[in-house]
Amino acid sequence: MAVFANLADKLQATFKKLTGKGRLSEADINEAMREIRLALLEADVSYKVVKDFVARIKEKALGADVLESLSPGQQVIKIVHEELTALMGPEQAKINISSHPPTVVMMVGLQGSGKTTSSAKIANLMKKQGRRPLLVAADIYRPAAIKQLQVLGENAEIPVFSLDGCNDPVRIAKESLAHARTHGNDFVFIDTAGRLHVNEELMAELKNIKAEVNPSEILLVVDAMAGQDAVNVAEAFHADLGITGLVLTKLDGDTRGGAALSVKAVTGQPIKFVGQGEKLDAIEPFYPDRLSSRILGMGDVLTLIEKAQIAVDEKKALEMEAKIRNASFTFEDFLDQLEQMKKMGDIQDIISMMPGNIGKQLKNIQVDEKEFSRMEAIIQSMTKEERIKPDMINASRKRRIAQGSGTQVQDVNRLLKKFAETQKMMKMASNQAAAMGKKGKKKGMFKLPF
Amino acid sequence: MGFFQNLKNGVSKTRQNLGDKVMGVFTLGRRIDEELFEELEEGLIQADVGVKTSLELVEKLRSLAKEKKVKEAAELKELLKQEIIAILSAGEENGFMPQKGILQVYMVTGVNGAGKTTTIGKMADRFQKEGLKVMLAAADTFRAAAIDQLAVWAERAKVPIIRHQEGADPGAVVFDACKAAQARGIDLLLIDTAGRLQNKTNLMNELGKIGRIVGRELPEAKKDFLLVLDAGTGQNAISQAQLFKEVVPLNGLILTKLDGTAKGGVIIGIKNELQIPVKWIGVGEASEDLQPFSSADFVQALFN
Repeated sequence: MAVFANLADKLQATFKKLTGKGRLSEADINEAMREIRLALLEADVSYKVVKDFVARIKEKALGADVLESLSPGQQVIKIVHEELTALMGPEQAKINISSHPPTVVMMVGLQGSGKTTSSAKIANLMKKQGRRPLLVAADIYRPAAIKQLQVLGENAEIPVFSLDGCNDPVRIAKESLAHARTHGNDFVFIDTAGRLHVNEELMAELKNIKAEVNPSEILLVVDAMAGQDAVNVAEAFHADLGITGLVLTKLDGDTRGGAALSVKAVTGQPIKFVGQGEKLDAIEPFYPDRLSSRILGMGDVLTLIEKAQIAVDEKKALEMEAKIRNASFTFEDFLDQLEQMKKMGDIQDIISMMPGNIGKQLKNIQVDEKEFSRMEAIIQSMTKEERIKPDMINASRKRRIAQGSGTQVQDVNRLLKKFAETQKMMKMASNQAAAMGKKGKKKGMFKLPF
Repeated sequence: MGFFQNLKNGVSKTRQNLGDKVMGVFTLGRRIDEELFEELEEGLIQADVGVKTSLELVEKLRSLAKEKKVKEAAELKELLKQEIIAILSAGEENGFMPQKGILQVYMVTGVNGAGKTTTIGKMADRFQKEGLKVMLAAADTFRAAAIDQLAVWAERAKVPIIRHQEGADPGAVVFDACKAAQARGIDLLLIDTAGRLQNKTNLMNELGKIGRIVGRELPEAKKDFLLVLDAGTGQNAISQAQLFKEVVPLNGLILTKLDGTAKGGVIIGIKNELQIPVKWIGVGEASEDLQPFSSADFVQALFN
């Protein structure tokens, strides 16, 4: 798709040139900054925001110590990632609850940003937390908008307040509050009509609703696919209404979601919810680190680096590499690897986090965590000798191993086959690594844990 | 001319933004230097033109400036205009408007919230008033009340609508609509489809199926597969155009919500990378605000 579709690869290429150690030099940083600037722009982060951000990063990165285990490039990524995350935080900002119920939440935004769906989703979330929400249909303009909210309310078993034939959203909002009080609803979600931020008449209408209902929250609903204009929209809504939070929608698409960073930066208000699909429960709290990885387009490479640093014993990794090289990898080592991988967390997650080709190649390998414990049991039922020379495992040994590990002979066979395959795969991987290693220093590159 | 004025008003905001950024660079008498090109690149990116296309445009301008020995920034403006027009108008076809007596199908697709249903409503109103026999097909059977929304438009525009129940098979709706359009001698059949994000494989496959039904049932009809694009969309629009094109023979864009401050510059990138032209633009709330797109007028309005 885009030139920087795979920023990770791009950055890797840039950082190969950076072999300096100790401290980050200005040259290191300048080189990296251009790529990062373009990557952020390509991810639809506002130009203004990118400019400020890059300047800040530069200052931070200059002269920063390079951690022992990281390359200068990785160090820069780490700083960028941390800053991005900090800029988008805080994590999981909670909804403001009024001390005088009902808590009133106004949902505002452009046409098509997802206000009606988000209203129903958040109300549904509140309902699950034991609240008694009321949905208010205040979009009198779009045909069937009220009906849409009614259908969603019906599906979620949440009452929907509407005034038939009333074309005054301020009155609808006002009367909905009275309705909520008499019906014991402690949360009121007002679904307002979508409007352009430059439409003064409709913006005035929102101000009037706000004055009438005194909301605890005014949530601006922002489409994650929005482009450079997102800042203008957010600025205008914030200036007119004083929004208290953001809802980011349609993040289940393939957008990089840079608009989120823009709107956060210009309003200073927290992202409170993230819409992830069309179903009612497809709403999540916001995780700044996930989104900053996504905006950078780095396949969570940082998380992988961190996890790997913690779990993989450097020395063991080196030994392992040597073993893979001369194909002396045994079941003993396999067992070791299994344990290390377990320490790193969910295998599938880790595979999906690997950048570039590795992730792509391994993506289709199905990993069953239970299968791992079974494998462990089988290996533990082998004798030391068997573990080193699996070829010696004949039918009677297989029966013994199966009995010892509480499995079937077929399971043992399967593991033996898998082991042979793994050996083959590792040979391939090590050849690849060797080819890569020729081009430059490998110091700091992540080593495959198996 | 009324049309041109309308377009100009409609894109005036677009113009202001793209204009402010890009035109600000062309201050009178300014000399051409590296800084100018960099500012230009930034201006284009800020108009959502996208990094790749912006870099390409600036690169081209750079070599043109050298080649033609351009000294003043103002001269560059004309060159940039020509470049953008060249991209947008490449392969532009005339006469795509629906006509009486020929069945034309518009299958309208797009992501959620782009403005498909509203666009169809406006088209129905417009072409009904122009004397065409219009029919609507409510193939968004998924979103709550989408059918009702389209039905309201059908009533307003006084045109027939083919609808099933919510949750029904959209393919069946489209099949019925194709049959009905033929039987009743319809000039323009407008098919509303459910919004879907382009990375949802199942939904995209479903769309492909609907498209094939149209092709199979109405082999003689003129068919346009249109992607509705919110002018506020950033670079994801390119992915949208690309992936929708993979499942239906996409041959045009409808750029909506140009009456805000959104720049819609991504259409330049889409045309440049995927050769999909914009056919219609939406510049306001009224039915008349949906207008055929003309690249020459668009760029003219953008720069003057």
